[in-house]
Amino acid sequence: MSESNGATATAVPVTSRKDWSSDQEVRWCPGCGDYSILAAVQMLMPELGVRRENTVFLSGIGCAARFPYYMNTYGMHSIHGRAPAIATGLATTRPDLDVWVISGDGDALSIGGNHLIHALRRNVRLNILMFNNQIYGLTKGQYSPTSEVAKVTKSTPFGSVDTPFNPVSLALGAEATFVARTHDMDRAHMQETFRRAHQHDGAAFVEVLQNCNVFNDGAFEKITSRDARASMLIPLEHGQPIVFGAEGSERGVIQRADGSLEIVSVADVGLDALLVHDEKRDDPGLAFALSRLARGPYEPTPIGVFRAVERPEYGTQMSEQITEAQAKRGLGDVAALLRSGSSWTVD
Amino acid sequence: MASGTQHVTEQLDQVIVRFAGDSGDGMQLTGDRFTTSSALLGNDMSTFPDFPAEIRAPAGTLNGVSAFQVHISDHDILTPGDSPNVLVAMNPAALKANIDLMAKGTILLVNSDAFDERNLAKAGYETNPLTDGSLSPYSVYEVPMTSITQEVCKEAGVKPRDAERSKNFFALGLVSWLYTRPIEPTINWITERFAAKPQVVEANTRAFRAGYDFGETAELFESNYEIRPATFEKGEYVQVTGNQALAWGLITASRLAGLPIFLGSYPITPASDILHELSRRKEFGIRTFQAEDEIAGIGAALGASFGGAIGVTTTSGPGLDLKSEAIGLAINLELPLVIVDVQRGGPSTGLPTKTEQADLLHAMYGRHGEAPLPILAPMTPSDCFAAAIEATRLAVKYRTPVILLSDGYLANGAEPWRLPDLDALEPIDPGFASEPNHVDDDGNPAFWPYVRDPETLARPWAPPGLPGLEHRIGGLEKADGSGNVSYEGVNHERMVHLRRDKIAGIAADTPLVEVNDETGDAQLLLVSWGSTYAAVAAGVKRVRARGMKAAHVHLRHLNPLPANLGEVLDSYAQVLVPEINLGQLSRILRAEYLVDAQTMSKMQGAPFRVGEIEAAITALLGGKS
Repeated sequence: MSESNGATATAVPVTSRKDWSSDQEVRWCPGCGDYSILAAVQMLMPELGVRRENTVFLSGIGCAARFPYYMNTYGMHSIHGRAPAIATGLATTRPDLDVWVISGDGDALSIGGNHLIHALRRNVRLNILMFNNQIYGLTKGQYSPTSEVAKVTKSTPFGSVDTPFNPVSLALGAEATFVARTHDMDRAHMQETFRRAHQHDGAAFVEVLQNCNVFNDGAFEKITSRDARASMLIPLEHGQPIVFGAEGSERGVIQRADGSLEIVSVADVGLDALLVHDEKRDDPGLAFALSRLARGPYEPTPIGVFRAVERPEYGTQMSEQITEAQAKRGLGDVAALLRSGSSWTVD
Repeated sequence: MASGTQHVTEQLDQVIVRFAGDSGDGMQLTGDRFTTSSALLGNDMSTFPDFPAEIRAPAGTLNGVSAFQVHISDHDILTPGDSPNVLVAMNPAALKANIDLMAKGTILLVNSDAFDERNLAKAGYETNPLTDGSLSPYSVYEVPMTSITQEVCKEAGVKPRDAERSKNFFALGLVSWLYTRPIEPTINWITERFAAKPQVVEANTRAFRAGYDFGETAELFESNYEIRPATFEKGEYVQVTGNQALAWGLITASRLAGLPIFLGSYPITPASDILHELSRRKEFGIRTFQAEDEIAGIGAALGASFGGAIGVTTTSGPGLDLKSEAIGLAINLELPLVIVDVQRGGPSTGLPTKTEQADLLHAMYGRHGEAPLPILAPMTPSDCFAAAIEATRLAVKYRTPVILLSDGYLANGAEPWRLPDLDALEPIDPGFASEPNHVDDDGNPAFWPYVRDPETLARPWAPPGLPGLEHRIGGLEKADGSGNVSYEGVNHERMVHLRRDKIAGIAADTPLVEVNDETGDAQLLLVSWGSTYAAVAAGVKRVRARGMKAAHVHLRHLNPLPANLGEVLDSYAQVLVPEINLGQLSRILRAEYLVDAQTMSKMQGAPFRVGEIEAAITALLGGKS
């Protein structure tokens, strides 16, 4: 570990996408949304000013979880749902590392739901990218915790009766300090969102809407297709009024007297009446209300950074307690430790 | 009360005292203090805290009885003793729950104030045992502990209700007098421990002194007793519990390896004290993580190991169930990881505060697929120190998860421990990978994470941070050498064999067993493992004193088994394996060596009594002596 600290003293080498791509053949289905996410990440990494040897991609199980094999960094493909827990141990003991967690909707919200919410509330320095395709892909097409009600799948031939999670709402409710949403059809938006997540000192949660062209094709088509985007995606920009839609038919978000949000025509209310997005707002209430604007990917859906607030990072605080203890008590002395109770001598 | 009675002080070679009361009566504290003052006097001692899972079951009921047994002696002892010489019973329930342990003629010290109608009814007594003659086989001393305590505390302005809580110190004072323990260490301890509450210091001190003086002045006891110091090897000693020694062993291992410890753990009885102890010791660079669940505890520990720390997780049976998945991953990743299972009664929630050894087969086989790992078990509370170091050494050297099987009896039991020579402990070499170990098809240096050390079969440990050593590992089967994902059948079989051979090879790196066979011609061999060591060793000693011949071998390493064990087992006509389970080790011995290892089973939430081992040996040897 000391070697790595020594290495960071020199300038970060200039790299390209090729340097960040491993020699392993990518084995996702042709046409899968994961390809564009992988490309976005591989092309972004050279811009982040980080070293490959200090970067770790960690995943659980599922299609998304194969991601680490394709990155020429350190990596671990672990077990279903547990990546946030494993990453917590790594990130807290190795604050010098840049740790990315790659997950899917089943991995993060079903079997791993517990680990996700606790990593978020602890604010561990992790970049968590959750690819949401609203289906189980690797097990060949069962409904997921984000699938819409009445979803007909192999395991729900009569339609699912489960109410889905809204991942952004869930993360906000779990005390996350950074919550964002992007989608696999817009590389620039993905890269900007991932860059912001990487800059955040703490747990960053990004929901990436991702198309599974085999088991749930077109799940997000109504909002992410090239034609739909302008009128169906609501870009959130800090300090800017929340407005979307083609020129001439712009719509925006206002806050009603009772605190709830409503989408209205800008022509009707005027630009000044619109809600100005504040991602740094301490109270997550408005961010939560924004996350509830769309009931599903068929209504205008906010994308971008919902919340980005500062709160002490978990591993940093853990390290500080050690530093403080050592400053106060000196470096631990094993011989003294063994005598910390009463001792007696036999001559 | 008459005063000035001259007591005779008699010599005893040993005594077993059992303190019993309500869970809220402070019996564990009382027993612990008595133990410490005895240890400081130089006695050998062994303790057995025996308490319910409920924090405070309804007062006065049998369910709420908490007991602490301590055995002190002037010679080397191994166990907390079979049958107490003295029972301190703070109420009728405590008497009722423990009376069956008492032999005729032993001493009962009862708090007579608590034997009112209400408490008698709660304990299920139809008549008062103090007056109905049922206790006539015993020497019963009725002492109004509550009222005397209240009386002496009144003078210090302590309300009777608060004073009542100090009655355990009265009992401690009385027993301290009875066994001539010095009073200063306990008074100093009270002063220090309750420093924040001067009134509590006052009440406890007064109660303690009153108990001591009561023994001295009341014409109740004809004599008191002295137990001379035991002969110990020269050295510095401390009193230590298993959990404490285990935590200290982990800290020491961390120093020996020059690597930080990361403990990922979820609170669980009886393992939590290891988490508590390690979380206090941040000056050693230890990170303790109280995880959201057992799975996250081991997951985070494994993540820390990937990063080059010593990942540790501590748990008990129910937690080991949940950790199986991550242990399998650790076996596949071939990363160091120390898993401490402080066994308790099962299945399911079972007996949370009571000891058992029934997780051995779980540790051996409780994972899907062929998933071997090293297993070892400490034999005494203080041995938890060395066992934790050994577990860490094997984990680091062989890049493998290791299960350390402690148990509730070792975890909470205390004994004197001669401090080891720290300088004599062998360093643990992490042996991190430092450079590429392969040349790719284009002639460029590359790093293959599954190239093995020819001697240990261990793979390189390459924590992130070094350029050129970037690699990906995971739970999918890997190609031998390169570590790339491989579903190829022949490769899978080779990897299964390699993982097996790596663990089996550890037998060459661990000590051979030594048989304790005094005359060399015993026909019966007793095999102990873990905490059964004490009762078996003591039982063998006893039958030898009666002229019988029995040999004893103790297993510290349960997987792989010691290289010479088969030969040892073959050289005895009979093999007996006493275990606090239904015969898990004997099943393994039968499977491994085709020997007729007989099971001696006990599953009562308590260790074997020496008398039980003695009786079993006697029965097996029949007339042969």
